[in-house]
Amino acid sequence: MAGIRLQHLAHSYSRTPVGADDYALRELDHVWAQGGAYALLGPSGCGKSTLLNIISGLLSPSQGQVLFDGKEVNALSPQARNIAQVFQFPVVYDTMTVFDNLAFPLRNQGLDEAQVRRKVEEIADVLELGAALKKKARNLSADEKQKVSMGRGLVRDDVSAILFDEPLTVIDPHLKWKLRRKLKQIHEQFNITMIYVTHDQLEASTFADKIAVMYGGQIVQFGTPRELFERPRHTFVGYFIGSPGMNLIEVQPQPGGVGFASVHLPLPADLQARLASTPAARLQVGIRPEFVQVREAAFDDAFRARVVDVEDLGTYRILTLDLEGVALKVRLGEDRVVPVEDAWISFPAQWLMLYADDVLLEAAP
Amino acid sequence: MSLTLEHVSRTVDNQDWIVDATLSFEPGSFNVLLGRTLSGKTSLMRLMAGLDRPDRGRVLMNGEDVTGRPVRQRNVSMVYQQFINYPTLSVFENIASPLRQARVSEEQIRHKVHETARMLRIEPFLERLPLELSGGQQQRTAMARALVKDAELILFDEPLVNLDYKLREELRQEMRALFAQRHCIAVYATTEPNEALALGGTTTILHEGRIVQSGPTAQVYHQPRSVLAAELFSEPPINLIPGRISGNEVSFAGAVHFAMNADLQRIGDGEYRFGVRPSHISLVPSNDDDLELAVVVELAEISGSETFLHVRNEHFRIILHLPGVHEYNVDAPIRVFIPTHKLFVFDSAGELVQAPGAREARVA
Repeated sequence: MAGIRLQHLAHSYSRTPVGADDYALRELDHVWAQGGAYALLGPSGCGKSTLLNIISGLLSPSQGQVLFDGKEVNALSPQARNIAQVFQFPVVYDTMTVFDNLAFPLRNQGLDEAQVRRKVEEIADVLELGAALKKKARNLSADEKQKVSMGRGLVRDDVSAILFDEPLTVIDPHLKWKLRRKLKQIHEQFNITMIYVTHDQLEASTFADKIAVMYGGQIVQFGTPRELFERPRHTFVGYFIGSPGMNLIEVQPQPGGVGFASVHLPLPADLQARLASTPAARLQVGIRPEFVQVREAAFDDAFRARVVDVEDLGTYRILTLDLEGVALKVRLGEDRVVPVEDAWISFPAQWLMLYADDVLLEAAP
Repeated sequence: MSLTLEHVSRTVDNQDWIVDATLSFEPGSFNVLLGRTLSGKTSLMRLMAGLDRPDRGRVLMNGEDVTGRPVRQRNVSMVYQQFINYPTLSVFENIASPLRQARVSEEQIRHKVHETARMLRIEPFLERLPLELSGGQQQRTAMARALVKDAELILFDEPLVNLDYKLREELRQEMRALFAQRHCIAVYATTEPNEALALGGTTTILHEGRIVQSGPTAQVYHQPRSVLAAELFSEPPINLIPGRISGNEVSFAGAVHFAMNADLQRIGDGEYRFGVRPSHISLVPSNDDDLELAVVVELAEISGSETFLHVRNEHFRIILHLPGVHEYNVDAPIRVFIPTHKLFVFDSAGELVQAPGAREARVA
C-alpha cells in the first residue's frame, strides 16, 4: 500500500515538443495520499488515460518522477510496482472457475492452498460471489465478470494501489448502482489507495472523496464533490460538473461590479478591489441552474427574461431563458409554477462566481 | 409515413426474442424504446427495418403490408452504438454515400451534404477522414449519413452510449431540435430512463421481449401501469414498500402507521405495494400529510449536482434523490419526509391501483 506522488511530471507523445499544445500532460505536481479514494475525471482526450498509464508503469513520462511512498519507481515495470488494474472490459480466464480466477494471483505468489482458500472466500464474500465460486467464468454475466476482475485486484495483500479505468462501462444502469455501492464499501473495508478514472461525474463523485478534474492536459481542480459543485475554480469545472452545467456569461467591468447589455451585477467591495488589480482578457460570471432564483412575476430587483424552452424531466424541469440575448438554463422543481413567456430571475450573490481568463477570482482570504 | 407492428413475434433457437408486439408510430414522431440490455430493443428495430422477418405478425407501412419486404426496398436508415463510417472516405463522401447510391445529381449532393453537416455542426470537417475527428464528431458523421437521404424511418440503436456524458447531453438536445422539423419516424433505443425523459415524444418500455407499456413519455412516466413499468422507468429505482390499508389507516411493513389521506380513501382494504419516487422524498417537511421517518444513512452517492441518499430503518430501505450536494457519514441518523399524496399504489398482482392525484389531473 502506498501514497503516490507525481513530481514535475509531464508527457509529450512528440519527440520534439515545442509548445504547450504538444503535451498530452502539462507539468504537474500532485499527491495521492495512502488509503485515499480518488477519481480522475475529464472528457476524452484530456490526458487522464496518459496519467493513469504513467502511474501504472505502462508509459514512461517524458519528464518528472513518479514516487511510491517517497521512492522513485520510474524505472520499475508495472508488475514490480504491484499495481492492480481493473479495465473497462472484464479480464477473466473464461475456462477457469471463479474460484480459480480469484486464486490465480495468490497461487502465482506461491501461497499455500489453505491461505488461498481463506483469502478467496473472504473476497468472494465481500463481492457477493460466494454462490458463483464453482461456476466457469464464461457463464457469468457482465457485472459478475467485472466483480471477478475487481476481486483479483483485492485478493492480494501487497498491492500498492488499485487503478480503475472506466470499470462500469459495460454494466447496465440498474446494476451500476449496486457495483458503485460495493466499490465504496470495499474502499472503506480495505484502506487501499484507489484511483478511479472516468468521464462520468456520478461515478467520480460517488466513489471518490476527492476528485481531480482534468482538462487540456492539466488538473484544473482537485477538490471534494461539494467544492466542485459549489465553487468551481475553473470555468471548465463549472461546465463539466452538473447537468446541465454552470451558466457562463461574458461580462465587462462596471463601476461597483460587472455587467452585460443593460444587466448590472454588483460585487462585494473586496472582490471589486481584486478585480481592479487583475488584468484579464476575458471576464465571465458563472451561476449554476440550481441557484438561479426564478418566479413568474416581478420581485425585488429581478431581471426579466424570455422563456425559450421547457424540458420536462419527470420530477423537475429545465427552463431555457433568454436574458438580453444571453441563453440561461434554470432548474425548476416539479411543484413550482412554470412561467409562461416571461420569467423574473435573480442571481444570489453567494452563488455568483467571477472568472478571469477561466480561473475563479476570489477576494483575498 | 406511419408504421404499425401487428402481433409481431420472433423466436430464435427456441428462445422468444420478441413476443406479440403491437405498436404504431405516427409520421413525424419521436419514439423511445426503453429497456435493459437484452430486453429486445435491437431485435424489435431489426424487425421494423426489415433486417429480420417476424415469425408471426405483420409490419405495415402507410397501411401497406411490408412484412416480407427486405431492408433494401424500404426507405430506412440506422445509426448504431459503434460509430460506423467508411475510414478511407472523407467526411463529405461518408455523408454523400447514400445519395450516390440513389444516383442523386452532383449539385443536389453538394447542397444536401452541406445542409446536413451544418445542422450537425460538422461542416468545417468535411474534407477530413473520420478517424481524424473526435468520437462525438464521428458519431455526428454517422448520424448525418442517416439523415441526409430523407429516410421515412430512422432507427437509433443506443447511438450516444459510447460518448462522454457532456457530449451526450448536447447531442440529445440537438436531436430534439433536429426532429422537431422533420416528417420521418424516429425510433431511439436506450437503457437509460433519464434519456427517455430528456428526449420526450413517446416511450415504449420493453422487458424480456415483451412490451410492458407504451404511450406519451410523460404519461408513461407519471402513470406506470404496473410495478414493472415503474421500476424500469425510474433512475434511481423507485422505492417500493410493502404495506396494507385497513379502515382509515395505512401501515408500511407492519411497522409504520399513518392516517389515510383523501387520495387513498377510495382504495379498499388489503395488501398493497406502495411506490414513491426518490425525488419526492425530502429532508424537510413540505406538507401536513408528510410521513416522517427516522432512518440511518447507508450511503450518500453524489452526482455532480445531485445526491442519491440511501437510507434504512429496521423494516425497509429507501433512496432519496436530492438536488445539490449533501454529504453524510455512514450510519448518521436523519429524518426524512414522504409526501403521502405522492404515493403510487400497486395491488398484489403488481397492477397500478392509483397514481399520485395531482399528477393525474395534469396528465389528463
